[in-house]
Amino acid sequence: MQHVSETVFPASEAEVSDIIADAAARSLPLEICGNRSKAAIGRPLQVSGRLSSRSLSGVTLYEPNELVIAAKSGTPLAEIERLLDSNRQQLPFEPCALERAVNPDGREPTLGGAVAANASGSRRILQGAARDHVIGVRAVNGAGEVIKAGGRVMKNVTGYDVARAMAGSWGTLAFMSEITLKVLPKAEETRTLICLNLTDEGAVSAMCRAMGSAYEVSGAVHLQRPFAERLTLADVASLGQSVTALRVENFSSSVDYRIGKLHQELRPFGAIYELDDERSRAFWADIRKMQFLSDGEWPLWRITTAPDQGARLVSALLGQMDCRAAYDWSGGLIWLEVPPASDANATLLRRVIAEFHADAMLIRGSAAARASVDVFHPLAEVNMTLIRRLKEAFDPQRILNPGRMYAGI
Amino acid sequence: MTAIETLAPKPEILGSRDSFVAALKKLLPARAVVADEAGRRAFETDALTAYKCMPLAVVLPTSTEEVSAVLRFCHLSKIRVVPRGAGTSLAGGALPSEDAVVLCLSRMNRVLEVNFDSRYIRVETGITNLGVSNAVAPAKFFYAPDPSSQLACTIGGNIGMNSGGAHCLKYGVTVNNVLGLKMVLMNGDIVEIGGPHLDAAGYDFLSLVIGSEGQFGIVTEATLRILRQAEGARPMMIGFDSAETAGACVSAIIGRGILPVAIEYMDRPAIKVCEAFAHAGYPLDVEALLIVEVEGSEEEIASLLEQIAEIAAEFSPQTLKVSQSAAESAAIWKGRKSAFGAIGRISDYYCMDGTIPLAKLPEALRGIADIGQHYGLTVANIFHAGDGNLHPLILYNANDAEEKRRAELCGEKILKLCVALGGCLTGEHGVGIEKRELMSVQFNEVDLAQQMRIKSVFDPEWLLNPGKVFPLKAQEAFLIRAAR
Repeated sequence: MQHVSETVFPASEAEVSDIIADAAARSLPLEICGNRSKAAIGRPLQVSGRLSSRSLSGVTLYEPNELVIAAKSGTPLAEIERLLDSNRQQLPFEPCALERAVNPDGREPTLGGAVAANASGSRRILQGAARDHVIGVRAVNGAGEVIKAGGRVMKNVTGYDVARAMAGSWGTLAFMSEITLKVLPKAEETRTLICLNLTDEGAVSAMCRAMGSAYEVSGAVHLQRPFAERLTLADVASLGQSVTALRVENFSSSVDYRIGKLHQELRPFGAIYELDDERSRAFWADIRKMQFLSDGEWPLWRITTAPDQGARLVSALLGQMDCRAAYDWSGGLIWLEVPPASDANATLLRRVIAEFHADAMLIRGSAAARASVDVFHPLAEVNMTLIRRLKEAFDPQRILNPGRMYAGI
Repeated sequence: MTAIETLAPKPEILGSRDSFVAALKKLLPARAVVADEAGRRAFETDALTAYKCMPLAVVLPTSTEEVSAVLRFCHLSKIRVVPRGAGTSLAGGALPSEDAVVLCLSRMNRVLEVNFDSRYIRVETGITNLGVSNAVAPAKFFYAPDPSSQLACTIGGNIGMNSGGAHCLKYGVTVNNVLGLKMVLMNGDIVEIGGPHLDAAGYDFLSLVIGSEGQFGIVTEATLRILRQAEGARPMMIGFDSAETAGACVSAIIGRGILPVAIEYMDRPAIKVCEAFAHAGYPLDVEALLIVEVEGSEEEIASLLEQIAEIAAEFSPQTLKVSQSAAESAAIWKGRKSAFGAIGRISDYYCMDGTIPLAKLPEALRGIADIGQHYGLTVANIFHAGDGNLHPLILYNANDAEEKRRAELCGEKILKLCVALGGCLTGEHGVGIEKRELMSVQFNEVDLAQQMRIKSVFDPEWLLNPGKVFPLKAQEAFLIRAAR
């Protein structure tokens, strides 16, 4: 599908601005990318050139005592996480390794890619999404203009919140050159309680119970047995049962207390298996890397809904099609693998979930499927009008990742 | 910033006032349209009381459909509309113009749905901030953003200004706690953004609408994240002999991996006034007082406060005192939360709202003192220290025009200082009319033009909450260019 003549690696924001201004003048569409680890997500692009952030790399500001870090957008995510880790801090949103679902070769994700995809992991339910931690952005819009929004302080309502709105825009609004994020201290200890062999409905009840407690559960995941068996953490994988995992992170003394309390809360849900600090970290690293997914040919959907609807929604789907579900976010995020079909089962799936408040996005699917169905959830016409107009406000020539999110946008 | 200019009213609108009022009365029940002078008087200003303007009319709709009908009519008639919740904006965000209809949401204050399993509440946006927390308190839940005006301010206003509060260090501000919105666009279209689920599809319009100061649409319903209350909470007070040591202590607490739910800072003038008002037991002989609050079980609270006390000891505090009772905790917070009111008892004041990087605190406070001295005015400082949000309160006499002018100049200098130190003009109050002309200190023309194009996405004719946020000249130039 692609007709790309070359990939350009600008080394400065000024260069990015020149390239985009030139492309705008000639109405030449560009693929906006970092390391292309998530290039197989979204609608396939037809572009005449590729603009990568890879040579825009490096941390530009880090003030641990002010909980703030800024880096150029092409900085490898791993580099940022290593630096934070050495100061016992972390990215609170625990970026979900979406690329693992579509790029088993392991291209390294960049900071820009993680923010552009608003890739948020299990801790999202306690600490918020990637977008919640974006406090400043420098970017080049579709006219080649350098724009800045937000700043380096975490409380800032000066003008509209343009920086945050860059998250989840998949490179279709502007080329981000530098991103400033709020970070948080890393917990002293992590521990995990696992309820065994719950049904999906039982699991969602257990997760909602835990999330409604005062113990600040920072991860609530339910894996059906086939998913659980793919984890690298052997003792969990070999349980041969579905697992419902609840994570507590805090100072060690607090973790002791809170895990004890959670044990009591979860008593009605049967046997409980406990993971210590080391195994907890391994378990949640598996979840973050989506280790539970099959590496097969089944298309993968990402469905978000109200947590208490998760199991009912999957049950409704099961009435219509074969599918396998893993739940994160207390039931509010469903990773759904469905049998191969030319439309990745989009039509049927969306018909079923129309009964719920839910959005479905095709994450893993053939290029043909991604070209023919709505990859991102289609919205009401009034929303689509706003989306079209916002695109135009940033990228009037529609040259930045055109059509990646929605056809014609 | 002196004598803030207002947008020139459209004469053709003023001239047709009677027919517009008659038309509005056809659209809404009679009691929902306020046209008489005494009735309109109640809406002529907000909490930036130095500025007043009588609106064309006021409407008090009771449903999204009524809001839609009013906006559709105003759109067709090219009448400007100023949205209003409780009118507690400190930035003139709800200041009417003479040719505008004020659309006040105070009668839309119902709770529509509560879901504790999925942890959200859906409300009409005229409900007060505290009303939301009260609605879920019996189940031991709460809504996190807690502006000082939470007893009065509405969720609609909080959404407009992306309000924060003392406890947002841990829980985030409004934008981090809203899941979905129902909004009426200026042309009357009703749009739903997000919902009870997280990270809904499409562009992140929640981020754009929250903090758009009522310029994108009228938000009539909101789905808010609610959280389980902590088992307990307790503040401690730590007094220091200088801003430097207090600031260094805050840095050290955060640097050691402790994130208290709030870290509040008061300087000597603020302590004195708040103590006189609340009798909270604040130490009167210190230059800087920190109120640090932590949450959890009894044991967790004790352990965290002990760790914080150990860190503070490295900075030789003059006083260090943990609240011993619920009553004492309440008094400590009463003093802090009513600081504005307490200062209001002794003087008129301008409340500023800049943010600075924490490390610049000593420099900022020295600069503010110098600026105050230069203009011959006392400045008391209250500061959300954990996130760098500074509230200098400039004391002046509102009946003295010359002193008022000096107070405004003093405020302008202080905000410019915040920007120069790497911070911003407003941390949680919004731009409104107050800081509109200063926007070009923080943003260049390209940045502002990008923001103004976003405004046009939602309201191409710029009828909603006009004359706010952007420098007037920049707005005019943008609209002339856009019309070409």
